[in-house]
Amino acid sequence: MTSRRKAMAWTIGGVLIVLYTMLPVLWIISLSFKKGDDINNKKFLPTEWSFDNYRTVFDTDLFTSALRNSLGISLIATVISVTLATFAAYAIARLEFRGKKAVLSTALAIAMFPTIALVGPLFDMWRSFGIYDTWIGLIIPYMSFTLPLSIWVLAAFFREIPWEMEQAAQVDGATSWQAFRKVIVPLAAPGVFTAAILTFFFAWNDFVFGISLTATNRSRPVPAALAFFTGESFFQQPTAAISAAAVIVTIPVITLVLLFQRKIVAGLTSGAVKG
Amino acid sequence: MASIRLKDIGKTFPGADTPAVSDVNLDIEDGEFVILVGPSGCGKSTILRMIVGLEDITEGDMLIGDERVNDKAPRDRNLAMVFQNYALYPHLSVYENIAFPLRLRKASDSDVQERVQRSAGMLELSELLDRKPSQLSGGQRQRVAMGRALVRDADAFLFDEPLSNLDAKLRGQMRTEISRIQRSLEITTVYVTHDQVEAMTLGDRVAVLRRGVLQQVDAPRALYEQPVNLFVAGFIGSPPMNFMPAKVDGRTLSLPIGTLELEPAVAERVSGRDILIAGVRPEHFEDASLLDRERAARGVAFSAFVDVIEWLGSEQFAYIPFEAPPEIVEPLAELSRELDAELIRTQLVVSLPAESRVERGTDADLWFDPTRMHLFDPESGENLTLGTGTGAGARAVATA
Repeated sequence: MTSRRKAMAWTIGGVLIVLYTMLPVLWIISLSFKKGDDINNKKFLPTEWSFDNYRTVFDTDLFTSALRNSLGISLIATVISVTLATFAAYAIARLEFRGKKAVLSTALAIAMFPTIALVGPLFDMWRSFGIYDTWIGLIIPYMSFTLPLSIWVLAAFFREIPWEMEQAAQVDGATSWQAFRKVIVPLAAPGVFTAAILTFFFAWNDFVFGISLTATNRSRPVPAALAFFTGESFFQQPTAAISAAAVIVTIPVITLVLLFQRKIVAGLTSGAVKG
Repeated sequence: MASIRLKDIGKTFPGADTPAVSDVNLDIEDGEFVILVGPSGCGKSTILRMIVGLEDITEGDMLIGDERVNDKAPRDRNLAMVFQNYALYPHLSVYENIAFPLRLRKASDSDVQERVQRSAGMLELSELLDRKPSQLSGGQRQRVAMGRALVRDADAFLFDEPLSNLDAKLRGQMRTEISRIQRSLEITTVYVTHDQVEAMTLGDRVAVLRRGVLQQVDAPRALYEQPVNLFVAGFIGSPPMNFMPAKVDGRTLSLPIGTLELEPAVAERVSGRDILIAGVRPEHFEDASLLDRERAARGVAFSAFVDVIEWLGSEQFAYIPFEAPPEIVEPLAELSRELDAELIRTQLVVSLPAESRVERGTDADLWFDPTRMHLFDPESGENLTLGTGTGAGARAVATA
C-alpha cells in the first residue's frame, strides 16, 4: 500500500518537474508560430499557425551566416578538444610523471575561472594578434574552457579500463599505439562521446565570448546574433523571430543527444574481466 | 617452442627498499610445465610478468631459446599469456577476440578463419564465436582467454592464476583441461598459482617462492617428501604438516607425544641444538587400534587427548592440542602469517581412516611413523634430516 502511494508521489512529482521545465520551451515554440501582432494575443497557442517567422529568420543574412559560424566553430572546437583531451587523459590515467597533480589541478582551476573575467584581456590580445572576429579567435577560448572537463571525464574512463587490456594486447603482439587505438579507444568510446557532447554544447551555447570577440557576420555565432535581431519594422519587437531562431538552434542539440544517448550509456566494459 | 632460462633474475620496484624478487635461477626446459607457487606477495606474478616483458628486469638475464630478451618488448617475445581476469576485449566478438593476435600480424582471412576454428574446436567454443564476452559465463570467458593464447604458435604459454576466479567445480575441470592441452601440444608452460593443489597436480616441476626468493624447485613428489625447509614443508600439503617442539638430549628426542631415539647420523646433524621443530604430516599418524602388530612395532604409539573430530566420509581429522615453548611458537606463528594464516593454537592434525572409532573429548591411542618425521632448525628453518636416511628423512628408533 505504502509502496504504491510512494510510486504515485514519484509520478506526480515527475510530471510537475517535467511541466516546470518544459513550459518555457513550449512557450517559445508557440511564440515562434505566432504571426505579426499575434504575439500579443494573450493566449498560450497562436490564433493562426504560421511559418512566417521561420521564413524571416532564414531570409536574414545575419542568421544564416551565424548558423554557419556556430556549426563550424563548435564542430572544429569539439574535434580538436576531444582529440587532445583523449591523449592527455590517457597519459594522466596511465603514466606516472612529475607534475601530474599540478596538470590536473591547473586544468580544474581554469575550468572554474569565470569566463567574463577573461573577456577583457582576450579582447585586447586578440586584436593585437589579429585574430579578433575570426573563427580561430573563438575556437581557442572554447577549447581552453572545455579541455579541462573533457580531460577529467576521459581520465576517469581510462582509469576504469583495467591495465590488463593493454597488457594483453601487447603480449598479443600490439605496439603501444595499436593497443591504444584498437582496444582502449573503443572501450573509452562512451567517455569520448560524453566529452564531445559536453564540448559541443559549451561552444554552441556560448554567448559571452561570441558577443565580445566578434564584430561582424564573418564569425558571429548564433547566440550572439540573436541579440542583433530586429523586427520587420524598427518599432516592432522581434520576439517571434528570436523565438523561431531559438527553436532552430535547439534542434541540433536535441538531435545530438538523441543520437548519442545510447552511446553515452556506460557499461560497455562489462565482460572484459570477471563479472 | 623454446626453453626459458632465468639467470640471477632480480627485481626492485622503483621507490622500494627491498627487492621484490632476488637471485632467481630457473631453467625451464622446452615442453616442460613449471609451476610458480607461493603465498600472496611472494613475487611469483612478478617473475611471470618479467618473463613476458610487462615488468622490467632490474638484474640478471632472461633467455628465451638462446636469446637474451631483457630489453625486448612483449610483442617481440612471442609468448602467449592468460591473465587472471582474462582480459578479453569486450567490444569484440569471441571470434575476433581469438583472432586478435592474428589480425595484428596481418594474417590472411582464410588463415585466420582456419586457426580460430581449430583453437575454438579444441576448447569447445565453436558455438559461441558470435557472442560478446559479456554474454559468456566465467568458465567460457576463461576458455576464450585460452583460445587467444592457443591460436598463435607461441614459444611458451604463461598463465597468471587462470583459475582463481572460477568456482571450485569448474576449477577442477579446467585444471584437467589445461593439463590435457599442455600435454598434447607439448608446449613450454609457466603457470603461476597460490593454490597448491593446482601446483601439485599440474606441474612437472614446482618452484616454491618466499618473499621473492626461490626456496625449492622439484617434482611435486620430491617437494612433498623432501621439503628443504620449514616454509616449503608448511606450504605444501593440505592439511599442512604438523609442527611440534622437539627437545634434544644426546640421541634422545622428546616430543609432546613421546620420546624417540635418533639414529647416529641424525643425532650428529642436530647436535649443539637444544630444541628443534619436528614435522610430521597428518597422514603419517594412525589409529593404533587399526594397525597390525608388525607395523605398530616400527613406529611410536602414544595416547593423546582429542578435542575435535572432523569426519569427511573418506577420512577424518582429529585435532590434538599441545603446549609449546615460546621459542617454537614464535617461528610457527611467523610461518603461519607468511602463509596467509594465523596461528591460533598449537595443535596436531591427525588424519585417520574413516572407520576409526576415535571419539572427541577422550584420550585416543594413536601411532606415528618416525621415519617420515622431519626435524627443522627453529631459527633458520632448514630441514636437518634432509638426505640423512632412506625414505623421507628422520630415522628415529622408538623407545618404549
